[in-house]
Amino acid sequence: MIELIVADRCTDCGTCVEVCPANVLDAGQGGLPILARVEDCQTCFMCELYCRADAIYVAPDCDRRVTVDETEVMASGRLGQYRKHSGWDEWWDRFPNEQWLMETVFRRAGEAAAQAKVTSADVIRTK
Amino acid sequence: MVLSTLEELSLATDVLVVGGGMAGAWAATSAAEAGAKVVLVDKGYCGTSGVTAAAGPGHWWVPPDPPAARDAAVANRVTSGLGLGEADWMYRVLDQTWRTLPTLARHYKFGVDDEGRVNYRAVRGPEYMRALRQQVLSHGVTILDHSPVLELLARSDGSIGGVRGQRRQDGGRAYRIEAGAVVLAAGGTSFLSHLLGSRTNTGDGYLMAAEAGAEMSGMEFTAAYTIAPAHSTMTRSMAYSFATYYDADGRELDIPFGPDQTIRLARALQRGPVYCSLHRLPDDIKARMHTISPNVPLVFDRWGIDPYRDRFEVTLHNDGTIRGIGGVRVHDVDGRTSVPGLFVAGDNASREKVAGAISGGGNVNSAWALSSGVFAGRAAARLARSAKRSGGRLRPLGRVGREPRRVAKTVDLAALRDGVRAEMHPFEKSLFRTGQGLAVSARVLEEFWTELADHADTGTIASRETAALLATARWSVATAAARKESRGLHRREDFPSRDSGLAVRLLSGGLDQIWVAADGAPVDAKSGQLEAAS
Ligand SMILES: Cc1cc2nc3c(=O)[nH]c(=O)nc-3n(C[C@H](O)[C@H](O)[C@H](O)COP(=O)(O)OP(=O)(O)OC[C@H]3O[C@@H](n4cnc5c(N)ncnc54)[C@H](O)[C@@H]3O)c2cc1C
Repeated sequence: MIELIVADRCTDCGTCVEVCPANVLDAGQGGLPILARVEDCQTCFMCELYCRADAIYVAPDCDRRVTVDETEVMASGRLGQYRKHSGWDEWWDRFPNEQWLMETVFRRAGEAAAQAKVTSADVIRTK
Repeated sequence: MVLSTLEELSLATDVLVVGGGMAGAWAATSAAEAGAKVVLVDKGYCGTSGVTAAAGPGHWWVPPDPPAARDAAVANRVTSGLGLGEADWMYRVLDQTWRTLPTLARHYKFGVDDEGRVNYRAVRGPEYMRALRQQVLSHGVTILDHSPVLELLARSDGSIGGVRGQRRQDGGRAYRIEAGAVVLAAGGTSFLSHLLGSRTNTGDGYLMAAEAGAEMSGMEFTAAYTIAPAHSTMTRSMAYSFATYYDADGRELDIPFGPDQTIRLARALQRGPVYCSLHRLPDDIKARMHTISPNVPLVFDRWGIDPYRDRFEVTLHNDGTIRGIGGVRVHDVDGRTSVPGLFVAGDNASREKVAGAISGGGNVNSAWALSSGVFAGRAAARLARSAKRSGGRLRPLGRVGREPRRVAKTVDLAALRDGVRAEMHPFEKSLFRTGQGLAVSARVLEEFWTELADHADTGTIASRETAALLATARWSVATAAARKESRGLHRREDFPSRDSGLAVRLLSGGLDQIWVAADGAPVDAKSGQLEAAS
């Protein structure tokens, strides 16, 4: 669930409030957006992806709150990592969209599984 | 266009699209291209909400040349659909998907493979939905975000002429939209499991369609489940095609990649925790994981897990009607329902005719969401143009969770939702079904329904969502009880084989009184032998 908005980075642009599909955030009064309904967070990481200031951290835990240390998260390089690997905004030319490889992976897995079957059948036969 | 009073925002349009996921966005696009004035409303935000947005949908994609390739794809799917699929519909869906998807190139940068070929069929969810929003806006469509529809409005002849809802980022202000035709594209439901991106998918479209008099079809096929690291939503399964599984004592489990992987995994999970390692994933794929599916490695990285060396605990989340099948029965591939003026698309519609009795996940679901959206948008635009607007009063159709049948009192909605989860998620109730277990679930859900229908009066978003979850669960359980055999996603421990007499689609419906009937049977069969005990 969404656990952290870094005050020093947030530009209060309002995007996270707008794009959150679960309406977790409220606009702050001239300051940080408010984590108003964290229990509704669906852990989809969309707020992070749309945050150009790399100010948001979503913990992967979807069924429990976890404590997040701001200094640690800042130092970890994890802020903005999803946006970067997705090739969004300024990262567009360095991280290509390779979703198309998904079908290659499934094909190779199918071939590997078929191969494994043949091999184990052979073992049984020669035993 | 705006006739707003302070109390209620009031709009009028030709076509109104409910839901801004993949199906709704394509429906809005095609309706606008057909010359209609279009309004699209979403409970969340068109572009990030819905189950496409956080995923990476591969589309069912077979070029028309050579023709034999499509024939083979359709023949395969007809066979694996176990008697419930229809070749005609499959050809229509394949063709529309192939024609339409590349038209998004203005807004979406399609991937280029290692040989330099453009790949159209596999898209990334966040970029895809962002592009669809841009496309919808470029057609002059009005989008209302954070504006869940709470009920449909009917004209005096019973045809659908609009919706009412609430703007949740505008102080909960009510809105009302009159429309020549309505397309329901509000998605399916996973009954509030942690399936990635499914939180706003509470089955609202099913409830609203049923209140208008439409039937459901295929509601027994809700037993799809997808693997995820325990405590996470990351139900993206690609990497697990190379997974190795272990029990709590570190013994390797026999769960090979293949069609019964989910069943084996579920049985193992019933015995105790299951751990997974992805060390067998080929090195070249490991190295590119973050550009294939960027959110998948994110989860491991944040937990400090190296999934290629460490073992991590896994779980299965229920897919309900999202990667399962089931939804509003469609009369024509154009999304027409039995209610005049009401169209359905995507997961809101039953996909049996293209997916059959098995999951449409992997590619058919997306092709269906796209093409059914295009078909429904176009048909709705045609109807809206020809419809004579009577100008008469519109009657609200919402009932349960809006006005109490008995005395209004506080209803514990959270408890009712947890009750739905408890009947719909456990493997022993939904994946390994028995007649006895289903009867117990039916009774429990019935009690919840009565509680809500008798006492809830608020008509809030939450009470309508709860009503939708309950209605959907009850149709699912009743239909599963009526299908006394095992077929595709529907498994009965007490009827493990297929019954050739049941190679038919099962319709269901009703609100206070649930009915189940075979498709094509005379109407009075609704009260016949297939009727589920409710
Ligand atoms: C993780 C994952 C991966 C998948 N991968 C694939 C794949 O590779 N290939 C494939 O074919 N299929 C895949 N699927 C299935 C596929 O994503 C769906 O079938 C498809 O997204 C359905 O689109 P939709 O527009 O009907 O529904 P959704 O995308 O869920 O959109 C429904 C929209 O309706 C809105 N809504 C709900 N209620 C209301 C209301 N009351 N008022 C207004 N709006 C409302 C929601 O907010 C949402 O935006 C996957 C599913 C998941 C969960």
